[in-house]
Amino acid sequence: MSHEAALHAHESHGHDDHGHHEHHDTFLTKYVFSQDHKMIAKQFLITGMVWAVLGGLMSVLFRLQLGYPEASFPWLESILGKWAKGGQITPEAYYALVTTHGTVLVFFVLTAGLSGTFANFLIPLQIGARDMASPFMNMLSYWFFFTASIVMLSSMFVETGPFSGGWTAYPPLSALHDASPGSKTGMDLWIIAMALFVVSSLLGGLNYIATILNMRTKGMSMTRLPLTIWALFFTAVLGVLSFPVLLSGLILLIFDRNFGTSFYLSDIFVNGVGALSNEGGSAILFQHLFWFLGHPEVYIILLPAMGMVSEIMSVNSRKPIFGYMAMLGSLFAIAVLAFLVWAHHMFVTGLNPFLGSVFVLLTLLIAVPSAIKVFNWLTTLWRGNIRFTPGMLFAIGFVSLFISGGLTGIWLGNAALDIHLHDTYFVIAHFHIVMGVASMFGMFAGVYHWFPKMYGRHLNNSLGYIHFWVTMAGAYLIFWPMHYQGLAGMPRRYFDFSIWESFKQFADLNRFISTVAMIVFATQILFLINFFYSIFKGRKVTDPNPWKSNTLEWTTPINPGHGNWPGEIPEVHRWPYDYGKDGVDFIPQDVPVGEHESSH
Amino acid sequence: MNLYLSVAIITLIFVVIFQISKASEYVSILKGEENSRKQNNKINGFLMIVFLVLGFVGIYVCNELYFGKTLLAYEAASVQGDKWDEMFWITLVVTGVVFVATQIILFWFSYKYQEDENRKVFFFAHSTKLELIWTAIPAITLTVLVIFGLRNWFYFTGDAPKNAMVVEVTGKQFGWIFRYPGKDAVFGKKYYRNIDPATNSVGIIWDDKYAQDDILTEQTMYVVKGQPVKLIIGSRDVIHDVGLTAFRLKMDAVPGIPTTMWFTPKFTTKEMREKTGNPNYTYEISCDQMCGNGHYSMKGIIEVVEQEEYDLWMAKQKAQYYTAFPEKDPDAIKAAEAGGKVNAEAPVAKDSTAKVATAKM
Repeated sequence: MSHEAALHAHESHGHDDHGHHEHHDTFLTKYVFSQDHKMIAKQFLITGMVWAVLGGLMSVLFRLQLGYPEASFPWLESILGKWAKGGQITPEAYYALVTTHGTVLVFFVLTAGLSGTFANFLIPLQIGARDMASPFMNMLSYWFFFTASIVMLSSMFVETGPFSGGWTAYPPLSALHDASPGSKTGMDLWIIAMALFVVSSLLGGLNYIATILNMRTKGMSMTRLPLTIWALFFTAVLGVLSFPVLLSGLILLIFDRNFGTSFYLSDIFVNGVGALSNEGGSAILFQHLFWFLGHPEVYIILLPAMGMVSEIMSVNSRKPIFGYMAMLGSLFAIAVLAFLVWAHHMFVTGLNPFLGSVFVLLTLLIAVPSAIKVFNWLTTLWRGNIRFTPGMLFAIGFVSLFISGGLTGIWLGNAALDIHLHDTYFVIAHFHIVMGVASMFGMFAGVYHWFPKMYGRHLNNSLGYIHFWVTMAGAYLIFWPMHYQGLAGMPRRYFDFSIWESFKQFADLNRFISTVAMIVFATQILFLINFFYSIFKGRKVTDPNPWKSNTLEWTTPINPGHGNWPGEIPEVHRWPYDYGKDGVDFIPQDVPVGEHESSH
Repeated sequence: MNLYLSVAIITLIFVVIFQISKASEYVSILKGEENSRKQNNKINGFLMIVFLVLGFVGIYVCNELYFGKTLLAYEAASVQGDKWDEMFWITLVVTGVVFVATQIILFWFSYKYQEDENRKVFFFAHSTKLELIWTAIPAITLTVLVIFGLRNWFYFTGDAPKNAMVVEVTGKQFGWIFRYPGKDAVFGKKYYRNIDPATNSVGIIWDDKYAQDDILTEQTMYVVKGQPVKLIIGSRDVIHDVGLTAFRLKMDAVPGIPTTMWFTPKFTTKEMREKTGNPNYTYEISCDQMCGNGHYSMKGIIEVVEQEEYDLWMAKQKAQYYTAFPEKDPDAIKAAEAGGKVNAEAPVAKDSTAKVATAKM
């Protein structure tokens, strides 16, 4: 069998590698240009955390403006200079902050930071492989991401400021240098950063798919994979199929910006410049290209969180995940439908109403697999024996947020309701709850759950509990009232509402939301302290399997080296969810099936 | 100074929380890790129920405070809005029931099935029957919502009634321009290279015989109560969006690709002032698509009036042609004739060709 032979060849190769490198690892090869998937995962995680702090800080700054539009903060001017003249954020700075917050959180934190971290960390460990299919490509993936980060960061220091036209970067605003200061150099850097990011995500995604398909250990059939791996697999497939479309859209945008083409431009007269010579392009074309990535992107963010939540919930309920095959089927359905719903972001662009109706149907269809997942999670809890580890709390929080935000998706996916709610605070509430905060909860759950495997130490539990409850309450306090603002028609991306008779009644609510946002942000700092302190000083892990879990990563030593298992890779004999079977608390995957064992 | 003080206080709070948490770790070692873990489990299980209860209280309070400030506190101001409101309530009931039920189940299960030494977990991995039930129920419910939704969607996006009054709306950074077709009820053709911000803000081709009575106004649009209005929407520069909050509708303004939207206003601005009790109430057009640094201030106003008032207003409007060519203005000519000075008139056609030529340069 060639497959097994290849596996074996790889194994022995892995051994050699392992032995060889042990003594020659320099600081540079171990921590910087590492090809060990575990180190690359940590690099993704920590870079993602740096971006999360920056992105979060940006949201605090623009919430400051929304909550206290009249107030002046002299210290702001000393930090931001001309962007906060007289201690008040300028509209220009506000829009730059909003745009960068969105871009960074969606792509750099919840894509690279989430699936970059956990795909790298968990795939080889949970499928029983010594490393990724191509460790070198994996390293490149991180360094492309790092370069993208540097370019994005540098865009914040150019004279005319970073891009400020919203993270969706719709042309003509993003295509015309003279339409907005942020559309000058800042936009070129934004595009370059995003292009590098796409390369990073493709290198990563191809690697994840190749690894999952080819490098599973003996006995690890596809239906014995933990749901985390399935979720990460679908995530990678979505990314590989949709990111190139964004890249092509961005390349056309570069041409329109700098080389005089008219892909997206037609019939334009810019104030102070005059009529442009571009004719025949379609501004809507970009939106199709953007959302063809943009919608699958939502699931690129959400699926890894779903996978980890399924795993963590099962482990901590001491019960098998309910409906493994249904969970798998719904993941598959979501992944397929993710490609067929993009135009629901475009109901009010003048889209053909019939086309719109098709997208309504397909969009609401996606609620069915989502509902299946929720009911399966609830049934997993039913008659379990729940341990509230911080990871489990965040998993439960994820389900709660996924329900709340998912249900408002039914509103927005229905074009007749969207025609009023589109681009209001209702949308902000919806996607922050279901995609932003929920995925962030998935990420937190993952960090709390796998931290002992990553660093061989425990995070502080009490800080974890405080972190969870404040963040959970804060998430609802911030985003729940925004539904009401949306129902009043309050538009997104407004710097100030004071001139609007229809929207200014919410000044007190804006202040409240801003205050809660600051408290929640401060609580995240508490998490960071916990994280970095525990890496060095946390309680040491003494049990190689601290959560009494079935999956393979816990069969490695407490601090696994490059190659993961010092000896042979364990063979898999069962699915990963034998918890509470025949009265036995848990039966790891590498335990052979007993003679009298019942089948599940 | 204030900043340093608050930073100091926050740091202090962090240090205290951190030290207490650190200490709790040592305490747990003293008490026995297993014992303290069980205690933590009980606390968190209890908090699940607390969160559930406080959550629903919070929703109630939020509703009390803010429902009155949403649009739904008053009757919708357009026929379309009524249908929207109806759909709102249907969707709210459907999703609301699911929301309440699932959140209660989630937190109640978390509380009820928290770790207990005596409980033997129920090994329950699969049930085709259950999966089928909760595939079918959402599918049926969603079908109902889709049917309601699409019926309204096709009504909203369908053709405007024949008696609809037509207004052209053009967005620009950062304001709105409205064009009325004038007496002939037909818009003159336009070409964007003819745009002259001072006299021809939408680029009307003056040669066109339908163009010369077109009326342009900025910022404020007049429409008649009870008469359907069809908007032909476009943009001069970047994408904007005509957001008609009170009428529950919106549509993008895209350069180069005209879009349309129609609605029937139910109440005049005056009537809305009485209904809302707000003497400053106006129907506002908000730009709902990010369009640059002035996005938040891109406001237009719709005055909904009775037919008589509209006619009076319309009578006062002057065709834009005469702003572009003051010498053609009959009033001006009359005044000039009265003064006894008659200029040699250049033919209209020649004049406007010159205009097109300059614009194209």
